[in-house]
Amino acid sequence: MTDQNEPQYPGGTPAGPDAGKDHADKRHPDKHHVPTPAEEETAAVVSLDTAGGAMEPSAVPATAQSGKIPGGPETLARRIFTGSGMVSVLAVLLALILGGLLIVSTDKQVGATAGYLFARPSDFLSAVWTAATRSYVALFQGSVFNPRGSSVAVQFAPLMETLTIATPLITAGLGVALAFRAGLFNIGAQGQIIMAGILAAWVGFALHLPVGLHLLLVLIAGIVGGAIWGGLVGLLKARTGAHEVILTIMFNYIALYFLRYLLNTPAFQRPGESNPISPILDPNAVYPQIFGTQYRLHLGFILAIAATVFVWWLLNRSTVGFEFRAVGANAKASLTAGINVPRATVLVMAIAGALAGMSGVAQVAGTEKVLTDGVAATYGFDAITVALLGRSTPWGTFAAGLLFGAFRAGAVQMQIQTGTPIDIVLVVQSLIVLFIAAPPLVRAVFGLNPRKKKAVTAGKSKKAATTGGAA
Amino acid sequence: MKNSLRANVKRGSLAGVASVGAAALLLTGCGPAPQAGTPTATASDYTGCIVSDSGGFDDQSFNQSSYEGLKKSEKDLGIKVNQVESKTNNDFEPNLRAMVSAGCNLTVTVGFLLGDATKKQAEANPDLHFAIIDFGYAKPIANVKPIIYDTAQAAFMAGYLAAASTKTGTVATFGGIKIPTVTIFMDGYADGVKYYNEKKGKDVKLLGWDKAKQDGSFTGDFEKQDKGKQLTQNFLDQGADVVMPVAGPVGKGAGAALKEAKAAGKDVKLIWVDSDGFLTAPDYKGIMLSSVMKQMGSAVETVVKEDKDGKFTNEPYIGTLANEGVQLAPFHDLDSAVPAEVKTELDQIKKDIVDGKLKVESAASPKA
Repeated sequence: MTDQNEPQYPGGTPAGPDAGKDHADKRHPDKHHVPTPAEEETAAVVSLDTAGGAMEPSAVPATAQSGKIPGGPETLARRIFTGSGMVSVLAVLLALILGGLLIVSTDKQVGATAGYLFARPSDFLSAVWTAATRSYVALFQGSVFNPRGSSVAVQFAPLMETLTIATPLITAGLGVALAFRAGLFNIGAQGQIIMAGILAAWVGFALHLPVGLHLLLVLIAGIVGGAIWGGLVGLLKARTGAHEVILTIMFNYIALYFLRYLLNTPAFQRPGESNPISPILDPNAVYPQIFGTQYRLHLGFILAIAATVFVWWLLNRSTVGFEFRAVGANAKASLTAGINVPRATVLVMAIAGALAGMSGVAQVAGTEKVLTDGVAATYGFDAITVALLGRSTPWGTFAAGLLFGAFRAGAVQMQIQTGTPIDIVLVVQSLIVLFIAAPPLVRAVFGLNPRKKKAVTAGKSKKAATTGGAA
Repeated sequence: MKNSLRANVKRGSLAGVASVGAAALLLTGCGPAPQAGTPTATASDYTGCIVSDSGGFDDQSFNQSSYEGLKKSEKDLGIKVNQVESKTNNDFEPNLRAMVSAGCNLTVTVGFLLGDATKKQAEANPDLHFAIIDFGYAKPIANVKPIIYDTAQAAFMAGYLAAASTKTGTVATFGGIKIPTVTIFMDGYADGVKYYNEKKGKDVKLLGWDKAKQDGSFTGDFEKQDKGKQLTQNFLDQGADVVMPVAGPVGKGAGAALKEAKAAGKDVKLIWVDSDGFLTAPDYKGIMLSSVMKQMGSAVETVVKEDKDGKFTNEPYIGTLANEGVQLAPFHDLDSAVPAEVKTELDQIKKDIVDGKLKVESAASPKA
């Protein structure tokens, strides 16, 4: 047994330092001592912990580390980003229910009927029901299908609006999701959208080029702008070890105040005006509208679909994407395995920035057609939510982007038809994030607590093992 | 009876709910339920609508004043009102479209950022009317009425008042963001101080704005009150004792800093903007010297009334001292602190500006 165990110790490896030898010697003061199976297991784990003695043993012995490899499927971050799809759906449902309660509690009619609740409870209950359903019906009519429209084209206008609003959410969300998969918290989509917007808008209104070429240049300018802004964060992290969260947040501020500065210079203002708003982009520089001028839906949506396919291919079919995922799972192990981690960090942030840059282009060349200091709206931050809700998968992010687009589009109708404040819609969105970030809470609410399940399964397997043994 | 009522409610009609409420009120005779729904039955068909910019209707600035003006029209003129808040610049166009499809006769949009979106909808719907606050088009549009203000006139009076009230010989101002609707206040204020110096042979210094260079102190947004407080603290340290913040809610930061200075024994004063700060920011009553008011509410009401009576024009409404669209607010609690002599001089200045004897010019003044 000892002999079998021996090669795992540094005595066998020439590179092994003396410390390792001592370590081994201490463990086996008596060469003739035959280790018990438990000891054997500990020894194996220790050798794993010290990479076969090449590294100092970690401060926390492997045996004390709850038996799980760090970065494995059970860390908090992974639980948040890759929780089950069911949790996402239930989180949305739960948020809608709570949102309904909020709508009801702020409804005037409900308040009025509550005044004579005991005299006539049916009024109160029907008012509650009406308030909640009316709001959500308006939300649906404003985001998917409006049966009161005069023609089919008008009836489907809300859906087109949803897709339009979803476009920048999807591409920015993909950028955030991609970085999440490589283990990076990219909070910088906002700044990346702004930098892309600045470059794309400038190319759009300052140059005057032929059809096709102009739009292409606008798109390239935006993507490059985003990629540089994201890539810089990656470079700083790879070179200096600065944390990407701090970097991206600061880069957001830099981008925003840079934009505000530019908008105060005549080069970015309309001739003869001093308001901080850029000239309108050239007609050649804007995305064509896909289904005619009655909808706002533009070519950017097709590009968003293409971007989703690209990210799916990148993550699941390419070597680079495999490296990203490996770095995300365990950067140290990836380094050991020969992956160039700094290169992967720079590259993934640059691609994430480029994707966010597409959102910037969708803004200036798609819907807004001008540059203002609100060009990024709140898309950069909503993108984080979208990526979380989509569990950092490309198509999940796509679907989450559509959902958020629908919320935003429907919120307008909700406000106008029922007077529900737009803030309620934002509260519902925030609740979704809250629940997504706390899967155990959602499971507990719906009685899907995994602990109970695990205990049952464990019991079953034990039984099975016993039966197997007896047989 | 009860069942049929309930069926109404389930169909989700507001009238149904309202009639249930009204019926219940009659039947039970208790509970303070208001008579909801009655205005819709009797009011005129005229619908006035408003779209805010990203500040929202509670911005204590132009969104709020315009909204209150429209709400007042709802009560006084019996019109229907639709309102929608924009959370981001992206919401402008969808919100305006929604207003158009909701059948609004007149849609009020607030701020220059909505200029493009308003233009687009106005051109697409030539039979509907629009009004835009604080923005004028270089080329007028047939169905859009700009509501703009020559704020420099009232700010001029405020500058004179500040210069006449300072004990230290230094007054100050700062802005939220450097945009024409903000700098016009600061230009007028600067000119008022200058006019006082010329008249009285004094040398009152102005901090925070250089009219010639068109540059000065700004907090960078209309949200962060702590920045307003910090900036005001700096002005106080440099000896200023009258401060006019032109930054919407950020002005409260200035108010807080001045209140602290007052508590510490300094004789300091605040000049509010947009609305009468004595009423809208009562926390600072004790130091509120006066306010440079833009009467947006009454302007909106006037435009709505004109349109309802079929007298809509695209002629810009320009608020001036003459039509009381801009005004210097009463001194309220600090009335005794302003010498009678200064009050007469201010009245004379107002008269001179109205008569055109005294020209107040700003790069940001509306060009009519």
